[in-house]
Amino acid sequence: MTYLPPGLPAPVVENDGLDLPYWEGTRQGVLKVQRCGACNTWQWGPEWLCHHCRSWDMRWVQVEGKGRIWTWTRCWHAVHPALRDHGPYIAVLVELPHAGNIRMLGNLIGDPHQEVAIGASVGAVFEPHDDAPAPYTLVQWRVA
Amino acid sequence: MERSLRGKVAIVGIGETKYYKHGQSPEPEFKLALMAILAAAADAGIDPSDIDSFASYSNDRNDPSRLAAALGTKELRLSNMQWGGGGGAAAVGNAAAAIITGQADIAVVYRALAQGQFQRFGRAASGGTVSGDNALINPYGIFVPAQRFALKFMRYMHEHGIGRDAMRAIAMASYHHAQANPRAVMYGRPLTQETYDNSRWIAEPYRLFDCCQENDGAAALILVSAERAKDFRHKPAYVLAAAQGSDHRNAARSFNAPDFASSSFGPVAPHLWEMAKLGPGDVDVLQSYENFTGGVLMSMAEHGFFKPKEANEFLTLDNLLAPGGKLPLNTSGGNLAECYMHGLELQIEAVRQIRGQSTAQVPDVNVAGIIAGPMVTPVSTMIIGSQETL
Repeated sequence: MTYLPPGLPAPVVENDGLDLPYWEGTRQGVLKVQRCGACNTWQWGPEWLCHHCRSWDMRWVQVEGKGRIWTWTRCWHAVHPALRDHGPYIAVLVELPHAGNIRMLGNLIGDPHQEVAIGASVGAVFEPHDDAPAPYTLVQWRVA
Repeated sequence: MERSLRGKVAIVGIGETKYYKHGQSPEPEFKLALMAILAAAADAGIDPSDIDSFASYSNDRNDPSRLAAALGTKELRLSNMQWGGGGGAAAVGNAAAAIITGQADIAVVYRALAQGQFQRFGRAASGGTVSGDNALINPYGIFVPAQRFALKFMRYMHEHGIGRDAMRAIAMASYHHAQANPRAVMYGRPLTQETYDNSRWIAEPYRLFDCCQENDGAAALILVSAERAKDFRHKPAYVLAAAQGSDHRNAARSFNAPDFASSSFGPVAPHLWEMAKLGPGDVDVLQSYENFTGGVLMSMAEHGFFKPKEANEFLTLDNLLAPGGKLPLNTSGGNLAECYMHGLELQIEAVRQIRGQSTAQVPDVNVAGIIAGPMVTPVSTMIIGSQETL
């Protein structure tokens, strides 16, 4: 059971392989983001270069799947054919204070009509899409 | 040598096609572009084949070389594209810079859209796969500007205590002014407080009337050097300043821009005021691109028209209406109610205000501000003025 109905675009690894460790990690239930080996700056989304010190030594490190809601929206208007007649759904941008306050987008699992509070603590939930032609796993969030 | 656009170039011609609801233009997009350019040339009183330079933005599909061939352009000197949807003012700045530096003589800035022929912005393509930044966003049902920019403004409202009344005032000002403008797509369709409040959610905190239309049509402006501007039939509207750009790492993936909850004008607006040698208090009338009402609010705050904490107090309908409001806003109806010509209709309305030809004319306009598409990167902004401001 996935939060949103099937038919939305499936994520695939970039053809230059930049984000391969992230997508491999989520398949195994592990959340990995970039951290600079030279200056320890956290970086998300992935890029080849550290934006702080310009080192090429960007490493993939596992982080705990927890954070707090930084902003959110509840989408009502269906902009994609797969969402027609689905009803509202919530997207949250989650800040990870233990990883340099990087932010990750996801859906907020549970009642789509629930009240959402900026600052609320959330935990990561791995949502596998095993039936996709190229199986993948999304990172979702639930109020902790 | 002072590096500035101030007073060196003027807008001497403006032209538009009829504006349509999206998908309803009987004409193809390229023909719309030609029609608007011919209208602007006629307004300026020039032979269209004397236009030698073309500038546009937002990946406009109408290539200057084809336009030049179709128009019988004697000599093509400049073919300029500003990346990104926030470039309406930047395109004018780019054309002005080319004129000042001897790379262009008569320039046209243009934008054309026919969304029946092509795809709408507010509708995602079906199926398939996504990679890169979109892979971190689209699988969660976030595709279109309304959703992406809802995330920005929801946070901004939280940080600054912004209320619904301020958003409603922006929407109602555009609709109010459109009722005096027969060119406006929403002419004859006034917006009441009740209709706004009861309108359906698109993506919280945006309701239907917080969101711009999508339209078909085209718009064009003719620019020449200030030395030549006095020879034209209309009162020149001088470019006093233009600025483009965005803040630190604005395009960081997965919404990781440090100042994500913004319109992206933080570092851009100070360049504008410095070049114009003016401040927010000098602006007689403002056109501010409404992709969404929240973007207007943040744009105005970042330009210094008010502090974020003062937004609720400043943004009342009375303050925003022509002719007597404190700062009349979007006097043709803007993107919400006149036409979403990616904001180029706002530049044209600002010229009308300088000329004294608006359907919601503000008395004695000498300084008109135009803020182009907010919340994207890069954004752009400009100021035009009458002869008296030079």
